Amino acid sequence: MATYQLNINGQRREVTTDPSTPLLWVLRDDLKMTGTKYGCGVSACGACTVHVAGVATRSCMVPVSMIGDRSVVTIEAIGQNPVGKVVQDAWVSHDVVQCGYCQSGQIMSAVALLKHTPNPTDKNIEESMGGNICRCGTYPRIRQAIKAAAQQLQ
Amino acid sequence: MSAAITAANEPLLSRRTFLRVSATAAGGLLVSLYLDLPVAAQEASQAPPKPQIYPPDAFVNIRVDGKVVIQVNRLEFGQGVHTALPMLLADELDADWSQVIAELAPAADVYKDPLFGLQLVGGSGSIAHSFQQYRELGAKTRAMLVAAAAEQWQVAPHQCRTEASVVHGPSGQLARYAELAEMAARQPAPAAAQLKEPSQFRLVGKEVRRLDSRPKCDGSLKFGLDLDLPGMKIAVVAHPPVFGARVKSFEDKAARSVEGMREVFEIPLAQGTGVAIVADTFWPAKQARDRLKIDWDVSAVEGADSATLWAQYKELARTPGNVAVARGDAQALAAIASGNRVVAEYQFPYLAHSPMEPLNTTVRFDGDRAEVWAGSQFQTVDQAAIAEVLGLQPAQVTFHTEMAGGGFGRRATPDAHVQREAAAIAKRLRGTPVKLMWTREDDVQGGYYRPMHVHRIEIGIGPDGMPSAWRHVIVGQSILGGTPFAAIGVKNGVDATAVEGVADTHYNIPNLHVSVHHPTPNVPVLWWRSVGHTHTAFVMETLIDELAARAKMDPIAYRRQLLDPKATKLRAALDLMEEKSAAWRSQLSAHHAVGIACHESFETGVACAVDVSIENKRPRIHRATVAVDCGLAVNPLTVESQFQAGVAFGVSQLMAKGAITLKDGRVEQRNFDAYTPPYMIDAPVAVDVHIVPSTEPPSGCGEPPVPVIAPAVVNALAKLTGTRYRSLPLVAM
Repeated sequence: MATYQLNINGQRREVTTDPSTPLLWVLRDDLKMTGTKYGCGVSACGACTVHVAGVATRSCMVPVSMIGDRSVVTIEAIGQNPVGKVVQDAWVSHDVVQCGYCQSGQIMSAVALLKHTPNPTDKNIEESMGGNICRCGTYPRIRQAIKAAAQQLQ
Repeated sequence: MSAAITAANEPLLSRRTFLRVSATAAGGLLVSLYLDLPVAAQEASQAPPKPQIYPPDAFVNIRVDGKVVIQVNRLEFGQGVHTALPMLLADELDADWSQVIAELAPAADVYKDPLFGLQLVGGSGSIAHSFQQYRELGAKTRAMLVAAAAEQWQVAPHQCRTEASVVHGPSGQLARYAELAEMAARQPAPAAAQLKEPSQFRLVGKEVRRLDSRPKCDGSLKFGLDLDLPGMKIAVVAHPPVFGARVKSFEDKAARSVEGMREVFEIPLAQGTGVAIVADTFWPAKQARDRLKIDWDVSAVEGADSATLWAQYKELARTPGNVAVARGDAQALAAIASGNRVVAEYQFPYLAHSPMEPLNTTVRFDGDRAEVWAGSQFQTVDQAAIAEVLGLQPAQVTFHTEMAGGGFGRRATPDAHVQREAAAIAKRLRGTPVKLMWTREDDVQGGYYRPMHVHRIEIGIGPDGMPSAWRHVIVGQSILGGTPFAAIGVKNGVDATAVEGVADTHYNIPNLHVSVHHPTPNVPVLWWRSVGHTHTAFVMETLIDELAARAKMDPIAYRRQLLDPKATKLRAALDLMEEKSAAWRSQLSAHHAVGIACHESFETGVACAVDVSIENKRPRIHRATVAVDCGLAVNPLTVESQFQAGVAFGVSQLMAKGAITLKDGRVEQRNFDAYTPPYMIDAPVAVDVHIVPSTEPPSGCGEPPVPVIAPAVVNALAKLTGTRYRSLPLVAM
């Protein structure tokens, strides 16, 4: 067991846990922030995507001991960011979600894309969203919502 | 606390509606309408109806703050009933839609599917079966609110009108539903519901956005896996490496050294036994499981092996099985010259459902009662199974329905194996809530797959280029055999779910013989979204396409010529698809091809055209045009979404790593790296969906999107490569 001072959504959070614990389980079990989802545990589905120092990161395979003082942003706070808010609103106005379980991760990946590539091509979208599985298959609407959000942000 | 008063002073056993009013803890009033369910359930079960005493606020609760809280009688896991069923009720009620709150109902008799007589999601029946029920609930509640207002104003009810949760009187009087709720509860329940004409609908038939979008976009919606209760523990289970194997012994010293690990013990499973690990949180539970050393006894169970099964199935397919259809002349095929015959053999692997939210159930056992939280597709069965494990009656098990992250059939298992596991663990931890979590590895390796199949077909082609004789043998495990559903779904050794889509084909084939073999390898199988149609539609639609090409006919025209004139929904979908895709089909890019398929399932006709090229040796689906006849589209926005996304789900069958295989009884895939659902690149880039205008009763939209896409893509690939792909998944191209 070790104690970590984490910067989560702009707040200092202290957790005491096993150093091997993935960030995902620190968020979900220690901090009770369940918006970030467990889907596979092997970085193959993207349901657990958060931003670590601004980079879309699969939290299921990053041990808490590797986070250090880098800022972590999760789905619970992404709406406080202007791009995050626009993306969430586009998701709602395009009625993107079905079961919704993967959508936290989809939105976190989309926000990371639009922050770096404000006017993404289909190829950009496919690359950035390429590791996020939606088992319901909402991909066509995800694509539309990203384009609408990009337009909104112009 | 609430004190319920029965407004209708009559016995609770007759088939009528009841209304109750009760004071709530919050100081508001509940108006609850109780409706005995239609006789369809009786007819389906052939058993006398059980007397039902319905709990308070069974379906609709008009609160003092004006909110209209509507109970949804089945699971929401993406299909949209959490919005569509409230739309039906709210429309007839003339409720203010902006004030409607939908809730998932707990397990209770009143929430059973009116047709199935069980509380479940299945057969794409949610809207079809509850369409009338929810409308009548809304209409009867409205009638009582109007009667209350009319009494107050000393006018006739027919002089009043309603809109947006307000009753308007003839002289400009106004009364909000919330104000009327208490008086309405004292009105006699109307014997019959006055339903709207379709032209009067305010919500039904309109594009209405989902009620659950926002909380699914900001992380606030709690799925079953997100549940947190005071003192709750987390459990994982080490499952046998071969289905049904038993624990011989286990060594847990290393597991017990994991900090946060609380208990390790053997539990019975639906088949075989396993070892449960209980910990404070998930990570120590998983670490402890990884450190367990278990000696398994596999001697008493068969180790299924895919390679062996393929050989056996192919051999079986050469002989006729149990007969599903024998129409026309049995000798017709033999009379056709060999040059006019087509012989085809198809292979379909086991498929895992792999919903994104791994399976889970939380149970707290308190000795004389229990409480359960589960994203269950099958509440009645799951509640009963938990009760059985805990030595309780179902009524002693309070069963909360949690939002679920997908399911596709996986959250409805006749043996309730996940719930049995959870209950066995909770039994030991009496008084402590425990959440059983399946990892993705448990899910991929855990069985309950779409069964593998071999089809063998011999077709004799008539002088008009149409199939005149068709012999079809299907080999695959029975899904319903050995379950309580066998009584209705298995007749004369034929599981209806194995032959649906072939035995009831809408193509006019004069001499048709369909038979089936049901081997019983040791692999648990289950319905996978669209069930038998997952493989039968692929076979039918690729063969019909091949016959059209052979006849040098347009694939749409060929289908139209062969389709039964009575297949009105399928024909309407085919016509609409042809019209809506005509422009792009006539100006394809170089190295692209069109693929066509149409199929009816769950009484919904679907036709599909796809624009496909080959990129990186994989099919690239640039576009899909889908037309659907599902009767009245209650929420066209949901129908569009279901079809756009459902065809992407259907692409699962084509994925290079889209198969579950077994070697010596052990599943060879563990996670999404080896069993891969479609990613964005694999799904159609764009899907335009067109709905045939209709005022017929609604039919299903959850499963019907799935069957058409894989054959349509493969039909396009045949044009691009010259190869008719008959084995799935598409491993090599």
